[in-house]
Formats: sequence, C-alpha cells, structure tokens
Amino acid sequence: MTSLHVETLDQPAPAGGPGPGEPLLEVTGLCVDYGIGPDAVRAVSDADLVLHRGEVLGLAGESGSGKSTFAYAVTRLLRAPGVITGGSARLHLGQGREVDLLAADEAQLRRVRWAQVAVVLQSAMHALNPVYSIGDQLGDVLRAHRPDLGRAARRDRAVQLLDMVGITADRLRSYPHELSGGMRQRVMIAMALALEPQIVIMDEPTTALDVVTQREILEELAALRDRLGFAVLFITHDLSLLVEIADSIAIMYGGRIVERAPATALFRAPRHPYTAGLLGSFPSLHGPRVHMTGIAGSPPDLHTLPAGCSFHPRCGYAMDRCRTELPPLRPVTRPGAAEARVAACWLQDGSAPPPAELARPEPAPAPGTNSTTGGAA
Amino acid sequence: MMTTPDAATAPAGTATPALEARSLVKHFPVHRRGRRTQRDAVVHAVEDVSIAVPPASITAVVGESGCGKSTLSQMLARQIRPTSGELLLNGSPAADRGAREYAGQVQMVLQDPFSSLNEVHTVGYHLARPLRIHGPGPDGGSLDDHIASLLERVSLSPQTAGKYPHELSGGQRQRVAIARALAVRPRVLLADEPVSMLDVSIRLGVLNLLADLRERERLAIVYVTHDIASARYLGDTIAVMYAGQIIEQGPAAIVTDRPSHPYTQLLLAAAPDPDRPSPAPLAGRGTPPSLVSPPAGCRFHPRCPFAMPICEQQAPPPVKVAPGHASACWLHASRPGTPRDSGPGPGPAPLTTASQHDSRPTRGENT
Repeated sequence: MTSLHVETLDQPAPAGGPGPGEPLLEVTGLCVDYGIGPDAVRAVSDADLVLHRGEVLGLAGESGSGKSTFAYAVTRLLRAPGVITGGSARLHLGQGREVDLLAADEAQLRRVRWAQVAVVLQSAMHALNPVYSIGDQLGDVLRAHRPDLGRAARRDRAVQLLDMVGITADRLRSYPHELSGGMRQRVMIAMALALEPQIVIMDEPTTALDVVTQREILEELAALRDRLGFAVLFITHDLSLLVEIADSIAIMYGGRIVERAPATALFRAPRHPYTAGLLGSFPSLHGPRVHMTGIAGSPPDLHTLPAGCSFHPRCGYAMDRCRTELPPLRPVTRPGAAEARVAACWLQDGSAPPPAELARPEPAPAPGTNSTTGGAA
Repeated sequence: MMTTPDAATAPAGTATPALEARSLVKHFPVHRRGRRTQRDAVVHAVEDVSIAVPPASITAVVGESGCGKSTLSQMLARQIRPTSGELLLNGSPAADRGAREYAGQVQMVLQDPFSSLNEVHTVGYHLARPLRIHGPGPDGGSLDDHIASLLERVSLSPQTAGKYPHELSGGQRQRVAIARALAVRPRVLLADEPVSMLDVSIRLGVLNLLADLRERERLAIVYVTHDIASARYLGDTIAVMYAGQIIEQGPAAIVTDRPSHPYTQLLLAAAPDPDRPSPAPLAGRGTPPSLVSPPAGCRFHPRCPFAMPICEQQAPPPVKVAPGHASACWLHASRPGTPRDSGPGPGPAPLTTASQHDSRPTRGENT
C-alpha cells in the first residue's frame, strides 16, 4: 500500500499539501488487538475515519471504547501487547504523494512524525521530561528534526512557539514542575506545533484541567488552527465539549465507530441510540431541571463483547436482529440532509421508520458555525 | 422531584440543619524540606466558611481544584481539625460527640471507587464491618438480611455481596461505597466528587441514586464537585467556592441561571455547553491566587472585570441579593441600605446573565 513516492518525503512538502477540505488522513478498516492468539482482545474493529484538511474531528467514547488505541495505532505509537492486525492509514502529502502509516518503516515514520503528525497527550506532567528545562525540550525537537537551525535560531523559534501559546520567554528556563497544569499543557501544544504539522492528534488534552483553563486553551487552539490551518483529531469522553469545538464527530463504542456526522447534526439529530443516550447523559446548564437517566448498564468488557450489535444489552430499542447480526456502518439520509452521515444501527436500515428520538430532522446548516467541514483555511 | 428549599442558606430558618458549619477556618502550615521555613507562613485553605445542610436536601459545593472544597468536606467529616470555627450536628455542637458517634451520623463517599474498596475482601465484608462496629440497628434481623437490604437500597442484587470489587464495574463499586456509608444509618452524607471517575453514561445513575436517598431516607447530602452542570442537576442549593471562601450561595437553578458573582459567571461561561450557539466570552481569565499570601480584600479582585478600589481593601461580606441567595461581592453591597451606598459601580451588569448570552462573538474572535 505504501506509495512509490515515499522516497521523496525528505524533500520539503509543498506549502499546503492537499487543498482545503480535501482528505488528509484516511483510515480504513483499522483493527487493533491486545495480545496474540486465543486470548487476544479486539480493541478496535474495522474503524474507518477520514480527517480533512483544517478540520477538527472529534472522537468520543467511554473508557475501553478504543478511542485512544485508535490514536496510538494510527501514529504507530502503540506498545506491546497492542498489535495492529489490519487496515491502512494513508497520509496525503499533496501532489499525489501519500504514505501508509501502518505499513511505513521506521525511517519513513521518522520523517512523518512531528513534521506532519504531532501528538498531545493527556498527562503533560508525564509527557514532559522532569529533569530538562522547557527550553531544552523544545530545542531538542528542533535539533532532531531541523538540523539546519543553529543554537540561536533554535532559541528564537522556541521563544516564538511559547509566545504563540501565551507563555513568556522567561519560562524557557523553567522545569515542568514549576509550571501549572494549564501551562504544561500549553507547552505540549507549542511543542506539537514546533514543526508546523498538518495534523495534531490530541488525546484528552484538557481533561485534567479546570474548566476556565480548559476554555482558555481551547480558544487558543482554535485561533492557532485558524492561523496555521492544521487539522485536529480531538479525542475525549466529554461529548458536550466536543459538540462546541469540533466540525464533525465520530462516536466509538466497544471498539467500533457507531456514528459519524457533522457536529451540529450529531447533537441536534442523533441517529444511533448510543449517541442519543450519551447526549442525554450531560445535564444542561439551562432550562427546567428535568429527570435524566443516562444509559442503563455499563460499557462492555472487551473480553466478552455481546454478539451482534455490542450496544444491544443497553439499548432500549433492541430487536432480535440486534442480538445476532452486527449492523454495518452505512449512510443515513433524511430529506433535507445536507451532508453525508453514517450510523451503525438496524433501526436506520430503511425498512421501518426509526423511533422519534432517532429521527429528528436534520438541522439547517448555520453559516459561520461549526457545521461545515474543513472550513478553516 | 427537584425542590429548592428557600431556607437553605438561612440557618435561622425553619428546620434545624442536620449539619451546620459556622465560620470554619483551616490554615495548613507551610513546610519546606521537612521543616517550617517562615514562622507564620500558612496556606489559607478554607477561610470563614459557613454552610448549613437541612435534612432531605442536597447542597452542592462547586469550585475548581485548590479552592478548598475537599478540605471543607474533610472538616465536615471531622477527618481534619479546623483551625477555628464550629460544627453543629442536629443543632448541638459536634465537639461534644465522640468520633464513633459522629461517624454514625456523618458518612463519606469518596471519589475513587477503585481505591476506596479493599480488593481482597468481598462486598459483603465491606458492608458487614460498619454493621458490626456501629450495630445493625433496632429492627433486628440477621447480618445477611441487613446486607441484602443495603444492596437493595442502592439498586444492586443481593448476590453482589459474594463478589469482589474487581468483578464490579465502576458504577457498581460506587454504589457499594454508598451502601457502606448507609450501613450506619447516617443523617448526613458527604460525597466528594462521587462520579468524576465514572464513565459518562453511568454518572447519572449514581446521581439519581443520591437524589432518591434524599427523598426516601431524608438524608442531608453535601455534593462536592467541579462540574457546575451536575451541581445544577442534583443540588437544591449551590455554594460556589473560590480561593478558600464561599463567594455565592443560593438555590441551584437561580445561581446558575442568574449568577450574581463575577466568578460564578466566569465558571458558567467556561463550562461546556452545547446549547450555546458560540462560546461565551471569558471575563476574568487567569488562575486562582496563591493561598499562602492571598490578595487583600476580595480574593477574586485581581481577575475581576468589575474590580473597584474597595475590592482591593476590604473583603466583601455576603450580601443578600434575593431570598436565600447571597453573594460576597461589593457590586451588590452598593445598593441603598447596605454597607456601601455611594459607590459608582458598573451598574447592574453582574446581576443579570445578559453578558453570557447576548454578545456572541464568532469562534476564535476573542483571542
């Protein structure tokens, strides 16, 4: 699957890579197991996801849904006993050049990582080296990936990067423990952007932070994205946050993507019962206080995934077919639907009208809001 | 099922609070490398906090990390000794009671159900221990009957008693922790972030269980959380803490719909809210102050968009802005009949939520 043009990767990528809204990263049929042989547990099954240029794509799910495993597999950061057992992740570099990250060798990965695909992890305290100063760690990235830069140029770039995330230059000499949680996460974001990547993968980047700090960092991130045009794969369990910041959202359950839609459409008109249940698990800040129920039962154990649709034991609409047959992820279209969306649910196969909760009309795409994909060039 | 008792913030009201704290203060000495460096340096973790929890009600204590909300709940549980202040249990001083008697009335549910249960013991063992120590109660019956009834009260099957914690999901473990707290038939339950470690889809189940216990068993519940949306959902009263002080307290829906303190407004603007067409502007960015040397006057004044000269000099007293709704902010004290009636003030802006909903900048505009 690896492209013939991969050898030319070390040449500087033409400015911009693929055009706005074009696919940047195409993941198809990704399967990841933990362990080998009969005891293996399938953490991600047949996951398809396309990240477009300049887009914020949200990946939401509960613990054990496979959302982090997805990110680690795509970046080839997955550690044993995790094994990628199938699929491809084609990264488009513009002018028809592409590389399959899942098939790439170490040398190819080294050219792509950080320069094209950067990662921000949840625990900045663990991701930063406690015995090196912030300046040293930023300089390290630049020394490894931009050998043409001299010491002074590296320092200038480090100052510039910190300034981008609102940290003053005097912090270059600080050690991670001297920074607040919010500042550490800002340093992680500055580091991820050091080589101006096309894609930034963020795994619960703000979960450990207080709401005010979280909001500040998300605002900074949106401004940087508008300026630099990178795409974000934002992984979190907080769907209410994702609806606000993402262009489109994919929902994972039991290792599979069960629904994918533009953020507003997913929020206003969910098509999968799990999405509807998850949206109903976040109490609102407005309106009358109503009794809410969340979702009955608990997330499945990957060792003993239920047959058929893995959500059926918790689903209020489960039918006989759901207990035996796995619903495929396929397009759901309604009159007035402006954009393609997919869901993996037998209720949406067109044979019978789905329950009212799962058949709300598509929202009209509002101009200037986050209902358009890749609109941030 | 959601009630908002008006007397929540008025200790002199009708019902005697099940648990009341008067002017609680906690200062932790500052140590460096094992010895105290500055003689008088202390962390002002909780400063002059008064709170009253009536029976059959839920008081939600909301704040960011480091605001003192957990220190407060530990003082309410008598796990740490206040520097000064008074605790009243059912109207009489808690200091008169022994530790065991107090624990028989006031119980805690902790944040992490993965470490608050002992992995080597069954659920039954966890529930039998408080029954043995505090006695199974007046209604007789065997220990097993009591355990089964406890499990039933938290919607778990009696078979759960034979299981070990690792066989249970996070939500089930937290239910066991709640059942253990109920074993002594307490009047007060202190729940410190009881759902923040749980998966999103099962949080509401545990919150609804707490709401049921308030109704069925007339429990007074203190719900400590960083999540103001869940505080609005569950709480009858919300107390917002900032830098060791309660800065606003009132009926839950009113505090969240019409926040009267600039910090509460900031918290609400920052909270995730998918119903909002675009993010609200944040007024008062920055981080909470050092509690070793907190700012003089109002502790929020360095960040406050409405700060006035008096805010730097004098700490604002709690001002009644509506029945049962108090706000520690000089903006509200500048009205007639209150300590300060000549201040120009920026008008009634903080009294309304207009600033939260009317101005709608597009994404990224405010950076």
